[in-house]
Amino acid sequence: MTQEEDGRQGGRRGDPAGFVIAAGLLALAGAVARDAMGMGAVSSYAGIGPSAASWTVAAGLAALAVGTIVSAVRGRIPVPEQSDNAAVLTILAGIAAMIATISIGGGFILAMALLFGLTARGFGRRALATDLGIGVVLGLLVYLGFTKLLALSLPQGPIERLF
Amino acid sequence: MLDSVFALAQGFSVAFEPTKLLFALIGVFLGTAVGVLPGIGPALTVALLLPVTFKLDPTGSLIMFAGIYYGGMYGGSTTSILINTPGESASMITALEGNKMAKAGRGGPALATSAIGSFVAGLIATIGLALFAPWLVEIAIQFGPADYFALMIVAFVTVSATFGDSPLRGLTSLFIGLMLGLVGIDALSGQARLTFGVPELLDGIEVTTLAVGLFAVGEALFVASRRKHAPETIEPVRGSLWMTKLDWKRSWKPWLRGTALGFPIGSLPAGGAEIPTFLSYTIEKRLTKHPEEFGKGAIEGVAGPEAANNASAAGTLMPLLTLGLPTSATAAILLAGFQQYGLNPGPLLFAERPDLVWGLIASLFIANVMLVVLNLPLIGLWVRLLAIPQPWLYAGILVFAAMGTIAANPSPVELVMLAVFGLLGFVMRRYDYPIAPMVVGLILGPMAETQLRRALQISLGDPMALIESPLAATLLAIAALALVAPILFRGLSRFKAEED
Repeated sequence: MTQEEDGRQGGRRGDPAGFVIAAGLLALAGAVARDAMGMGAVSSYAGIGPSAASWTVAAGLAALAVGTIVSAVRGRIPVPEQSDNAAVLTILAGIAAMIATISIGGGFILAMALLFGLTARGFGRRALATDLGIGVVLGLLVYLGFTKLLALSLPQGPIERLF
Repeated sequence: MLDSVFALAQGFSVAFEPTKLLFALIGVFLGTAVGVLPGIGPALTVALLLPVTFKLDPTGSLIMFAGIYYGGMYGGSTTSILINTPGESASMITALEGNKMAKAGRGGPALATSAIGSFVAGLIATIGLALFAPWLVEIAIQFGPADYFALMIVAFVTVSATFGDSPLRGLTSLFIGLMLGLVGIDALSGQARLTFGVPELLDGIEVTTLAVGLFAVGEALFVASRRKHAPETIEPVRGSLWMTKLDWKRSWKPWLRGTALGFPIGSLPAGGAEIPTFLSYTIEKRLTKHPEEFGKGAIEGVAGPEAANNASAAGTLMPLLTLGLPTSATAAILLAGFQQYGLNPGPLLFAERPDLVWGLIASLFIANVMLVVLNLPLIGLWVRLLAIPQPWLYAGILVFAAMGTIAANPSPVELVMLAVFGLLGFVMRRYDYPIAPMVVGLILGPMAETQLRRALQISLGDPMALIESPLAATLLAIAALALVAPILFRGLSRFKAEED
């Protein structure tokens, strides 16, 4: 593949993405450092306490944030190709629906049907009803296979209690 | 030497038990099937199947994982050859020539040379593993905490900084992994770190949740985001599946050279199979009598890198089994597989559970034979797997990802983590951050910290203890050197920019 086909081109100078990534790294460094500060002095008769590793990681993340800013200024951040945001959001909605269903006790099969249907839609399928149906069948097969054969427990809801 | 042979014979007596053979068969079958699916490499394959095996017998499951690992490698090369979407970076080189061969109607011989080459390489490299592992165990027994710590630092640097496109992005990935490794209760002091009052975080972050999130969810989001821009086409396998006499003649030396590169480099903590496959490709390009075919489908360019890829897979098992040191994402997941049964690979495991270790090594031979027997005749089946419509394929992958996560840890918090890691994996793919360093960081970070603190406790806090052992001092020097080496390896990234 050539670079054009791959959609990645060399970076632009001062690409805002680099600064956003750097800000994210700094935020993580800050969170780790704040957490380390809360640990106080831990009595360890020799050697180092649990906060040492936190400080090391925080320092590393902060240094990498600086490095990212430098490379953003120099235009070394790769420019990603165009993203189909609708597709990504549809799949994320599917994941969110799955988590919500399980949290409120809707059960494994319903959750998997929603995840399957919305992911397939995100990948361009238009027959949502069919895909939800496939999701129910797949969820049911997985549920029965895993709970009956492998004795794993999966979240139960109204459908699962029938079995 | 003789000990090895004896131990291996014992191993075969374990591996030939009917149930173990069945586990190996299921492993290679599942591994190939899942490995064939585009975008799924061996690391994800094992991660997805890890929770499923939670309740099974350890030896059997580990034999199955090894089968999945080897099978995933075979399956991955099929995908690279037929649709040019390598499931893992190590198959990237195979795709270069292999996909061209398939386009030219020589898909059969390309698949054959890759399968037979992988078999030859796997066989030789597994013999190497059986011979050298006991020897390395002898040495490893004398390692102190400072030596282990230094070894892990080397692994951190080589996995993240030395061989990627950009040391900055590799180290960023590593440090996020190290940060995730901090989460939970510190084993030595009982101090909770980065838990933010969420009880589910006290146990730390599961390697499988991270890997499945980054690899499965991240990959699905990434593929969906660019679906309209990069359509895939499956090359049908036309013509004969078999290699001609000339194909054999042109393949056998690249197989052996690939093996000779792959096994030693894979055994070093040098971050997986990219380097040996790349080196093998360059060497074959230089040595070939048909230089005009390179770039248009030269069989040497498939035979060599595929052999190197598989040999390095066996090589990676060396530090994993003898030192408990994972040097690739797949090895990190395999280590999680051991830990799920409370087993810790390393010199002690060789002493305490020789049946398990040697049964596993013996089963690698068996898996290899099964794969070469299964792979070529079943090629029609694997190609049909590639024809599963993409929406259903990825929807199915996400269902399995979610299922595996809930089965291992039945809590919505775990699923939220899965989603967050998926989003992270998506962003990292878009901005070209490598993913393996993060997984290695999560699993090795806490181990390195423990060794460091142990070393300092022994020395009563004197940091000089870290470099008093000559081995530790050498290793730390290597790590420092490896941090500078990317500048020397510039040629590699230039190559990637050209061929990518």
